[in-house]
Amino acid sequence: MNLTGISEQVRRAWAIAKKDIRIYYFKGPVLIFGVFMPLFMFLAFLMGSRQLPLSFLISGLVGMTLFFTATAVSPAIFPWEGQARTLERLASCPVAVETIVLGDMIASTLFGIGITVITVVVGLALGLLLIHGITLIVAILLAACCFSAIGMLLAVPPTNVPSNIMMLSSLIKFPLVFISGIFLPLEQMPSWGLALAGLSPLSYFTDLVRYSFTGDHFFPVWIDIAALVVFTLVFTVGTMYLHKRTMPKRM
Amino acid sequence: MTSVIHASGLTKIYGTSTAVDHISFDVRQGEIFGFLGPNGAGKTTTTRMLTGVIPPDAGTAVILGHDIRSEPVKAKQRFGVVPETSNAYTDLTAWQNLMLMGELYGLPRARAEQRSSDLLGMVGLLERRDQKVQAYSKGMKQRLILAMALIHEPELLFLDEPTSGLDVQSTQMILSLLRDLNTQGTTIFLTTHNMEEANRLCHRVGIIRAGKMAAIDAPEKLKTAIDRVHTIEVSFDNEIRDDALAGLDGVIGASRTGDKWQITAENRDAVIRSLVTFSQQQGMTIVTLNTLTPSLDEAFLRLTKEAQS
Repeated sequence: MNLTGISEQVRRAWAIAKKDIRIYYFKGPVLIFGVFMPLFMFLAFLMGSRQLPLSFLISGLVGMTLFFTATAVSPAIFPWEGQARTLERLASCPVAVETIVLGDMIASTLFGIGITVITVVVGLALGLLLIHGITLIVAILLAACCFSAIGMLLAVPPTNVPSNIMMLSSLIKFPLVFISGIFLPLEQMPSWGLALAGLSPLSYFTDLVRYSFTGDHFFPVWIDIAALVVFTLVFTVGTMYLHKRTMPKRM
Repeated sequence: MTSVIHASGLTKIYGTSTAVDHISFDVRQGEIFGFLGPNGAGKTTTTRMLTGVIPPDAGTAVILGHDIRSEPVKAKQRFGVVPETSNAYTDLTAWQNLMLMGELYGLPRARAEQRSSDLLGMVGLLERRDQKVQAYSKGMKQRLILAMALIHEPELLFLDEPTSGLDVQSTQMILSLLRDLNTQGTTIFLTTHNMEEANRLCHRVGIIRAGKMAAIDAPEKLKTAIDRVHTIEVSFDNEIRDDALAGLDGVIGASRTGDKWQITAENRDAVIRSLVTFSQQQGMTIVTLNTLTPSLDEAFLRLTKEAQS
């Protein structure tokens, strides 16, 4: 495909993203889930571990919010559309499978960023000082792309039953939260815990958010950013390749 | 005449079952091609392979000069699809669905708006353009799907059972639109169960049975081709002897039913000429003369039965 073809496909991916936002994201329950799910997890942990500073916990809350919102809806879009046969409509249009995946990723990225900005504003309203604003913006942008790619990876199994995918999604997402330095600082983790944390992109994002608010960090900032870039590229290429293989099985 | 669809050895296998078994055919530019077959014969699977929704396990499909596997986007850009199941986004309005299609086919916004407005008017949905599709009846959804498939003015239109289960009004509207589109030059690939629809609409039909092509021809030719012996029904204004017709050239048999004679013959043309000559010689007038051909239903049943046995 030439450059014109690619830019045309990106425009069409944007059309798919707008459709997703309109149909799947601008719904009361989805918006409420996006805000309240991480908030209640945060409050539950706040009550159970009062010795940790608010800046640490808010950083964790920002990490959780972006992770949960960017992966909340995207895994179920393919099964929903497969069930409603609208996926067949998209497949018969002049759009590549990669374009459909990119469209879904753009929608979940924007949704994740939107809800996360609210959390950041709440943190600032609670008196937190933002020390490295640009780092935070870069981190949120990169991690939103990375997490939306994870969301699409979770949708790869070619089932048109959304509950199957949501169950798989929960099985993977919740353990990731517990190994990513959100509730327990990376410094306090045992070596095996640190090894696991290194495999989770959420660890690097949380580390960057903490750096943005407190100036403290576990990994060097450039490592955090590089890791997020690598995870984003690998997950994006991987999800597009895998969806191309499994798409015909959904029809 | 140019082929807009060239299918060669198309095959689709699901597990141990061969849904479509090396079928080959061409659809010519400007024709309405009917694709007929009983349930489970492989019609929808073939349509899905031709439209690039599923890949074939073997064979090729070239649509408007583009291989559907190696150049799917280029091929899809030039055709429209009306699938078996209505698949508009029910949470969107008719207008939003059409605008989405406009964007997916790369139409400039002003052009997409103009086309959407024209098409909604054409299918009688303009007044309900801002209503969500979930409130539409089945007929309205199907008309919307047709409008969505036409947003980019395709040269080729695939329709899979477009009138199945629809009310008479919607059916007539869709068939009339298809005739008009074809008159304007759109090639139409129509999958249908409805023999009468295929008979009235299609220039040629292909009959598929158990994944294999049983026959491809014009409906009238298919109807006549299945019987080597034809029946002609004739009546005269005067009584004639019982053996008078049996002796005419080309007549195999003649039997009387009421005031009519049923004549069997291999060569209809020769027998009709003999009957005209006979009536002139006898100073009689032919009151009625009908050639009794099997219906497309009968041809379909015969051909699909033969392919099965």
